Amino acid sequence: MLNKIFTNAEAALADVPHGATIMISGFGGAGLPVELIDALLEQGAKDLTIISNNAGSKGAGIAKLVQARRVRKVICSFPRQPGSDIFDQLYREGKIELELLPQGTLAERVRAGGAGIGAFFTPTAAGTELAKNKEVREIDGVQQVLEYALHADYALIKANVSDRWGNLTYRGSARNFGPIMATAGKCTIAQVNCLVQLGDIDPEHVVTPSVFVSRVVLSKQVSF
Amino acid sequence: MKQSYTPRTPEQVAQRVVQDIPDGACVNLGIGRPMLVSNFLPPDKDILIQSENGILGMGHIASGAEIDPDYVNAGKQSITLRRGAALFHHADSFAMIRGGHIDICILGAFQVSAAGDLANWRTMDPDAIPAVGGAMDLAHGAKQVFVMTDLLTKDGQSKIVSHCTYPLTARGVVTRVYTELATLAISNGKFWVVDLVEGLTQAQLEEVSGLKMEKTS
Repeated sequence: MLNKIFTNAEAALADVPHGATIMISGFGGAGLPVELIDALLEQGAKDLTIISNNAGSKGAGIAKLVQARRVRKVICSFPRQPGSDIFDQLYREGKIELELLPQGTLAERVRAGGAGIGAFFTPTAAGTELAKNKEVREIDGVQQVLEYALHADYALIKANVSDRWGNLTYRGSARNFGPIMATAGKCTIAQVNCLVQLGDIDPEHVVTPSVFVSRVVLSKQVSF
Repeated sequence: MKQSYTPRTPEQVAQRVVQDIPDGACVNLGIGRPMLVSNFLPPDKDILIQSENGILGMGHIASGAEIDPDYVNAGKQSITLRRGAALFHHADSFAMIRGGHIDICILGAFQVSAAGDLANWRTMDPDAIPAVGGAMDLAHGAKQVFVMTDLLTKDGQSKIVSHCTYPLTARGVVTRVYTELATLAISNGKFWVVDLVEGLTQAQLEEVSGLKMEKTS
């Protein structure tokens, strides 16, 4: 019997090794799997590379991992947030690496990783500082920048409803990076607000098909 | 000398922008001032507001019981949805943006040049943390780029410049600039005055900005 539901976040994250690359969904607080991040903090893995839109704010979420000096590198589009003091300080001291990407490039690199595409060309950032040291080619008369797929050992995402197979639906703008990161993680762990029986999610409404999900954890605290 | 004119409030600038958005347009709103535009959508027009974080059909900024942490705009403010709204993931959102499906995007700016160059992601401050978000995708992908900003920085420097000195977001993309003092169009490497607040002359605007402007006929 296929049952991907774990009893708690600690059990779901127990095997994360030092040096792992981890995608974390969320746009600000919406869609951020806070309970999985807290469990990762407890678990102790270090030298992590975090791929996420933001680098944490107000001492919560990813900021906690950064503060505990567990993050070697952040790949994101918008690290500057109200209360992102810890990241800012470590970055200025050269103690954390930042790979800054245009948001659409970040999303497409994640999508490519999950879709088995090695790389792609995008016009975004052509002729700017963010295209420095990247291959640029003229395609259809437009300067385009070569960008490679992103992969992760783990993808930590937040969804709304799951069944025991890991079919997922999302809620509002909390969907953001969840569905694409789910495809790009070797092991995708979903924190969900609600568990239902197989068949209770209308197949027409499944957003992330179960094959992309490895583990499911029910939230202790539903945040809406 | 007493000022002979009253600058527009940010809300009045947002209302001015809305006048230039045609019925049926798909419009993306960037972080900062542009987010105010969603509060002034005319009920008699169907304007589809796109938010980079996966919303088409965004409504006004939420207050009171409407606030829900799962519904936010690009600046992470709580928002509402209009009837007919759609939700989608980030790769779809940027397919809309890069793929040429957005009619207008409205962005903030550090500098806009007479050539329509936009600089809005980092200043030369060595202490500042660089952050780009969706600005480069939007500036490239939208059919038209409007900028909504104060004409002057807090230090009194004009954001309207002959050439950008900050790192560029995109080259030659901005067609309109909406400020507290005037609305400007950009074409043929020049700023054109579309309107001025009451009591302000073109000569005064040129003095404040340090730039010569053209008059639209």
